Amino acid sequence: MTTAIETRGLTKRYGTRTAVDGLSLCVKTGEIFGLLGANGAGKTTTIRMLCGLTPVSGGDALVCGDSIVTAPGKVKAKINLSPQETAVASRLTVEENLALIARLYGSTAAEAREKAKRQMRELGLEARAGDRAKALSGGLQRRLSIAMALITEPEVLFLDEPTLGLDVRARRELWREIEGLRGRMTVVLTSHYLEEIEHLADRVAILNAGKLRTVGTVEEICAETGKPSLEEAFLELTDGEGDEEA
Amino acid sequence: MRSTAFAGRNAKELLRDPLTLIFGIGFPVVLITLISVMRRSIPDIPNAMFGIENFAPGMAVFGLSFLSLFLGILIAGDRDSSYLARIFASPMTPADYLWGYTLPLLPVAAAQGVVCFAYALLFDLKFTVNLLAAVLVLVPVSLLFIAVGILAGCTLTSRQVGGAASIVVNLAAWLSGTWFDLGMIGGAFERICRVLPFSHAVDAVKAAVSGDFGAVWGHLGVTLLYAAVIYAAGAVLFGRRMKGE
Repeated sequence: MTTAIETRGLTKRYGTRTAVDGLSLCVKTGEIFGLLGANGAGKTTTIRMLCGLTPVSGGDALVCGDSIVTAPGKVKAKINLSPQETAVASRLTVEENLALIARLYGSTAAEAREKAKRQMRELGLEARAGDRAKALSGGLQRRLSIAMALITEPEVLFLDEPTLGLDVRARRELWREIEGLRGRMTVVLTSHYLEEIEHLADRVAILNAGKLRTVGTVEEICAETGKPSLEEAFLELTDGEGDEEA
Repeated sequence: MRSTAFAGRNAKELLRDPLTLIFGIGFPVVLITLISVMRRSIPDIPNAMFGIENFAPGMAVFGLSFLSLFLGILIAGDRDSSYLARIFASPMTPADYLWGYTLPLLPVAAAQGVVCFAYALLFDLKFTVNLLAAVLVLVPVSLLFIAVGILAGCTLTSRQVGGAASIVVNLAAWLSGTWFDLGMIGGAFERICRVLPFSHAVDAVKAAVSGDFGAVWGHLGVTLLYAAVIYAAGAVLFGRRMKGE
């Protein structure tokens, strides 16, 4: 299996505070990779650096072979992001939101319309195609937000807390959509919901106070810590630290 | 290509907000009506000031000042909602963004001018080809207010933009010579007004309406100089936002 992302001592400092501290890890092509940590662990900051939204203070990362430091434009063409908050244009319809993102990544108007129709079919948004985004429920808005990230068929998809604030049913529906991406593209998923990471991720990195504590499958992490569950292992690895804003 | 797609989105966001139309077009129309009715009721009101051929250009520029509000709220709202983060992660360049925010407002500015002058025709403004020239002059003048909107949107939150833009709207109204002759007050006040761009914006449009095209360029030049400086400041700040600084 090839490597989709390789971080090498990736670091982000805000003044004297270090939000991400020398992060080095590899994400394999086609896997769903979970970044797990408490609030302020550095998950979102890591994703923001990998997406070119936050300048790097030290180290580097290769995304699909291109450096986020020296070739951010090449990286941006290969990735897409669904941010932590639902990020849709509220007065645009579902179809218009999707087509716009496709056009921003280089599709013609006709191609964008076709891609939008396909994406709506795949994510069950067809019935709401003509509705403005602000008229959708929170769950549907989040689904649209993810569809907007998928429409460009990225090599790497970043999902930052994709189910934050959703009810159980909407969360389970989104889980099914995300599971369906396994093998089609590399997915980097952040969450502080342990059951979400356990359910979706092929491998997990646990961050605490900006530092990588461990990386591996859930079984490997449980074995490493000698704990029976991911929750117990997580508490063991992050004991008494974190909880700052990143 | 990317910038025009983004401009299309921004145009839809602006035009689907009824407040855009109410403020940008409705306010000047209401004020033209009020002042014209007042003129009929008070014959001694100075024609040099409130004659429709002088007042309508001031109202047209006043209407443009709301562009700062619309654009500032749009950009600040995009920032607040993480929409800009999503767009910043795309391969768009800073120039794509700035053009995408600017482009949809240029036809809006022209449309505001057309409505303003067309409405003024009902109150004895004479139709001449100069009015078309005045609408054309309004388009570059609108860059001043678009630049202010970009700067405000990059630096302020959605809530703060409303307050800041209302200051710009008031400055455009009171320091432009729309409501009174600046020469009547004179002194430091007039000198400050002549240094600021608002009176030049109004004078450029007035000159076009009166057919004094030679006078348009000087006033338009000052207005565009301010627009360029504010636009450059907004572009720098926008670039920094894109880099997450």
